[in-house]
Amino acid sequence: MRGAFTRTLVELAEREPRILLLTGDLGYTVLEPFAERFPNRFFNVGVAEQNLVGVATGLAEAGFLPFCYSIATFISLRPYEFIRNGPILQRLPVRIVGVGGGFEYGPAGATHYALEDVGIMRLQPGLTVIAPADHEQARTAVLATWERPGPIYYRLGKDDRTVVTGLGGRFELGRIQLIREGAHLLILTMGSIASEVASAAAALADRGISCTVAVVASVNPAPVEDLAALLARFPLALTVEAHYVSGAVGSLVSEVVAERGLGCRVVRCGVRTTPGGTSGSQGYLHHSHGLSSNALVQTALKELEVQRAST
Amino acid sequence: MEESPLSSRQIRRIILDQSKRAHVGHIGSALSIADIIAALYQNVLSTPDLDDPDRDRFILSKGHAVLAVYAALFLKGWLSEQSLNTYCADGTLLGVHPEHALRGVDFSTGSLGHGLSMGAGAALAARLQRSSRRVFVLVSDAECNEGSLWEAVMFAAHHGLSNLIAIVDLNGQQALGYTDQVLSLTPMAERWRAFGWDVHDVDGHDVKAITETIASLDTTSGPPHVLIAHTVFGRGVSYMERQIKWHYWPMSDAEYRQALDEIDATP
Repeated sequence: MRGAFTRTLVELAEREPRILLLTGDLGYTVLEPFAERFPNRFFNVGVAEQNLVGVATGLAEAGFLPFCYSIATFISLRPYEFIRNGPILQRLPVRIVGVGGGFEYGPAGATHYALEDVGIMRLQPGLTVIAPADHEQARTAVLATWERPGPIYYRLGKDDRTVVTGLGGRFELGRIQLIREGAHLLILTMGSIASEVASAAAALADRGISCTVAVVASVNPAPVEDLAALLARFPLALTVEAHYVSGAVGSLVSEVVAERGLGCRVVRCGVRTTPGGTSGSQGYLHHSHGLSSNALVQTALKELEVQRAST
Repeated sequence: MEESPLSSRQIRRIILDQSKRAHVGHIGSALSIADIIAALYQNVLSTPDLDDPDRDRFILSKGHAVLAVYAALFLKGWLSEQSLNTYCADGTLLGVHPEHALRGVDFSTGSLGHGLSMGAGAALAARLQRSSRRVFVLVSDAECNEGSLWEAVMFAAHHGLSNLIAIVDLNGQQALGYTDQVLSLTPMAERWRAFGWDVHDVDGHDVKAITETIASLDTTSGPPHVLIAHTVFGRGVSYMERQIKWHYWPMSDAEYRQALDEIDATP
């Protein structure tokens, strides 16, 4: 997704001189196409995320569209107050681009995992929050939103190869994207973990269980109407995200169920514990936290059994 | 453009009147910067129109002293008396910290350590747009406790933002004590100089000296500039000067009368 982001931004910058790219000294082998094409519109501000966002705020006030690039956890947590008191409260078009949602920086360890970024960003009513599921959707989402008034948080993945089956790069602000339709179980997901969900849904289909699977990439504005319509049709929904279970899609879905008085039971699959001292590959960490396709299949089977037993 | 008459004394009077009417504090901090604000709004800021994209920008990074700025906006004729009298009232745009929604305020502030970064961005923007506009950022001395301020200091020096002028209100006080007792900032000028800034010590209560120092700066090339403005917290009101409690304390009726008398008696 980060490669798709850079390519898309270069295209946009060719026709839109207001676009600038700022980085907190990250993006090696990713940002060069922009830096080489527009050396005077690319700024490596150094390892200083607060200043990165503060400078972008000053640039945006003068009419620029600054994109602030770093690892998701660094660009969301360290300068969070600068994002709030800067572009959010002052309604300025700063774009925060966080790379590596969830466990994508697996071996780098817990400091590099973005497990609460979407949650803290979703708290802010004045911030658009976009979390694409694959590089095709990332491109569509950037094209659909880059010019939007006010600030935006893009949570991007590192993976520029994997494509989520059935998504076809679709994105629409405030809507969900269905990638599979079935009658037995609803699964709602966000970000690159969607490919694990798609695999899990295919495995469940082999066992005679048909799933409806939807991607929530437009986290804010939230696809409330789409979610309510879907949730009304199912007695059981799984939410799946490489994120703490509080704050992002699991919370959003639970809010819709509660506020609309729907009868759907929500099972939130996500990270429930602070990562321990051990690290490993993304696949290992997904499995450890119940987010691998195999683990998701087991959770779905168990919860469907619970559902059957209770009705 | 014809400048409205605007003086330190008028700014101080308004600070006292409004603080008394609203029964709020931050009086000492506002009095500390009254002469700097007078110099900026009377002599320095080029603002042909509040909406002119090429106007100079001003960021009050020590947002809690904004009453001095409201006074200047009023004296410039950019803020009505009716609006000024809503200071701290329900539904006002004139809170204890500046809000960009108020015409004449370029950036919202209130959390210390934020303004200089935005100012560096604004200065970079001016350069990219080939505008000769300048960016002024007034920070407090205790604000230099914030690490984020020094991120901006490094950035501005590295990029040679000569159109960025910081002013440090060096009054030696902060909310709970004197800066040399809380977290020493000495030597202030040497610190900025070591980071590559063009540093000028100035009497922060001498409007003429502040004005002339700024006029002497090369804002077209070279390093960014900082005025270390030596000030007295609560300046002009004897019982407030250098007193920690006047960071937050509101005035009684008697204190208000005495303060006004002292301001009026000051030549």
